[in-house]
Amino acid sequence: MERFLSFAKKELLHILRDKRTMLLLLGMPIAQIVLFGFAISTEVGNTKVAILDLARDEASRRIERDLDASRYFEVVAHLEDAAEVEPLFRRGKASLVVVFQDGFRESLLRDGSAEIQLIADATDPNTATVFLQYATSVATAYARENQPPAAAPVGIVPQVRLLYNPQLKGAYNFVPGVLGMMMLLVCAMMTSISIVRERETGTMEVLLVSPVRPIFVILAKMAPYFLLSCVNLATVLLVSVFVLDVPVAGSLPALVLVSFVYILLALALGLLISTIAATQVAAMLVSGMAFMLPVILLSGMMFPVESMPAALQWISNAIPARWYIAAVKDVMIKGLGFQAVAKELAILSGMTVFFVAVALKNFKTRLE
Amino acid sequence: MPALDVRDLDRSFGSTKALEGVSFSVEDGELFGLIGPDGAGKTTLFRILSTLLLADRGTAAVDGFDVVRDARKIRERVGYMPGRFSLYQDLTVEENLEFFANVFGTTVARNRHLVDDIYRHIEPFRKRKAGALSGGMKQKLALSCALIHKPSVLFLDEPTTGVDPVSRKEFWNILANLRSQRITIVVSTPYMDEAILCDRVALMDDGRVLRIDTPDGIVEGFPGPLWIARARNMHALLSGLRDDPDVESAFAFGDAHHVKPRPDAKDPAGLARRLEERGHQEVVVAPARPGIEDCFIEMLGRKVSA
Repeated sequence: MERFLSFAKKELLHILRDKRTMLLLLGMPIAQIVLFGFAISTEVGNTKVAILDLARDEASRRIERDLDASRYFEVVAHLEDAAEVEPLFRRGKASLVVVFQDGFRESLLRDGSAEIQLIADATDPNTATVFLQYATSVATAYARENQPPAAAPVGIVPQVRLLYNPQLKGAYNFVPGVLGMMMLLVCAMMTSISIVRERETGTMEVLLVSPVRPIFVILAKMAPYFLLSCVNLATVLLVSVFVLDVPVAGSLPALVLVSFVYILLALALGLLISTIAATQVAAMLVSGMAFMLPVILLSGMMFPVESMPAALQWISNAIPARWYIAAVKDVMIKGLGFQAVAKELAILSGMTVFFVAVALKNFKTRLE
Repeated sequence: MPALDVRDLDRSFGSTKALEGVSFSVEDGELFGLIGPDGAGKTTLFRILSTLLLADRGTAAVDGFDVVRDARKIRERVGYMPGRFSLYQDLTVEENLEFFANVFGTTVARNRHLVDDIYRHIEPFRKRKAGALSGGMKQKLALSCALIHKPSVLFLDEPTTGVDPVSRKEFWNILANLRSQRITIVVSTPYMDEAILCDRVALMDDGRVLRIDTPDGIVEGFPGPLWIARARNMHALLSGLRDDPDVESAFAFGDAHHVKPRPDAKDPAGLARRLEERGHQEVVVAPARPGIEDCFIEMLGRKVSA
């Protein structure tokens, strides 16, 4: 035990001495989550809206106020004429123009229906679709409030409810993804690099010619990175709860447990890489290319697994991050508990055992 | 029981034969030198002895333990200092020593007396990072780390390569001290002048042991006399020497040329006279006592012509 502690202390010193890397390791998760949470977002915020109000009545003004009050829109201009619409778009002054026809309120009261024209700059079709949806929902909300009950039209009106993420926040999708990616990066890459570095600098040669069992060397290497990953897990969760407003809806212990298993898995992967890679650069490339790309592309972080071709779906089964991200989504977003992630937990545990076994089998107690 | 017993070791890397039929034994408490140029197989031999590599053929035992079967037992009782500086550059002198003590299940406090002689030199820098030490200090720290667990056999792979002459001398004084504590030491070096400081040396080349003897024994085994020659133009002198009928071989050696005369050659004065007649100026030829390097070169020459 004493040996183990002094080993772990030595590893911790390596990390602490390398200030730049440590800053990177602790800062990266925050940077990633903020980047994905704010900058790279599919959400629409403060879309510039121009109003062409030909009705100028109470109803049109009310809808305009509602739009302006919502945090997705900002009314920037009032137009007098339809001819002003296109120059406005050309200059990029607004992305959406809302047109109220003359006699808007009367027609609403008389016929129970009225038309609003939404003209959108669809240069970016995804964004345009999203803010059109928002604008429609603002108008519909008004219509629902003000419709005389007697005049309710006969017909089917779809009432769409978006469960778990009613505001369609991108962060709900990215937080689990960033967690899945970051753990792998910190644990797999750093463990593998630190083991390979000992081989490169020749210190492994001295360690091998000592009574220390290799398993201790390995465990001691993993311990500090496990700690570091726990710190990262805590920061990411804190940032997502308090800055991105993504709550941990489900069981926190379940989330922590599944994260611990995933961290162990990433550490085992790092160990496995270290038994294959001959140089630090190779270790970095292997963990970067062979593990990061599949995580980003195939884990469901960017693209839903369900919409992938069958072959890729099949491959994605072998990617640990896929199961982790699914479990985190279940717990954090859907608010589920242990039972819901039992399958993912089992799969991740199985993978961990497998990787550890292969890595230990490959780990050489001699130089070759 | 010898501290080290090596029999018929063979080891190849691909088509390169790193070791070929290497056999020798080292007595308890002996300071044994492995002398030979780069690529002679010294490092491979150390790695096999310290259980880091497996031999293709042959056996080796350290303190009576087989290097394959009893690898763990050997790892508890040897100290190994690889050729490359193998300490943690980002840890301080103190931290390195403490770490290696702990790895071997002891503490610096408990075994401080073992390394005191050496550690004294570097203690003033104990808070300095190992990477910031000079070459000589690094080697002293590495030796301290290899000694802190009281090994019974110490393997030192080229400990003085790249170290300044003063530190080299200090280092060998330390080794002499260790020998008086009955620690068996096997040390390799490419420097011939260090060979005479060993109890016995093995001359190695190209994976083979050419000869094992005491330094004196090796020098005495030098066949025939040895002359040294100097002249104003040393470069021209070397080819002049090689053209002379009395000279079997000649090579540059420091500030003089070493000349091995033919068995039927008469005296240095005759050679000097002939050289002056051929236009060499200020020629001096005198008999000299051969050094280990002369023996080594002579042996290599014999091997090539054989």
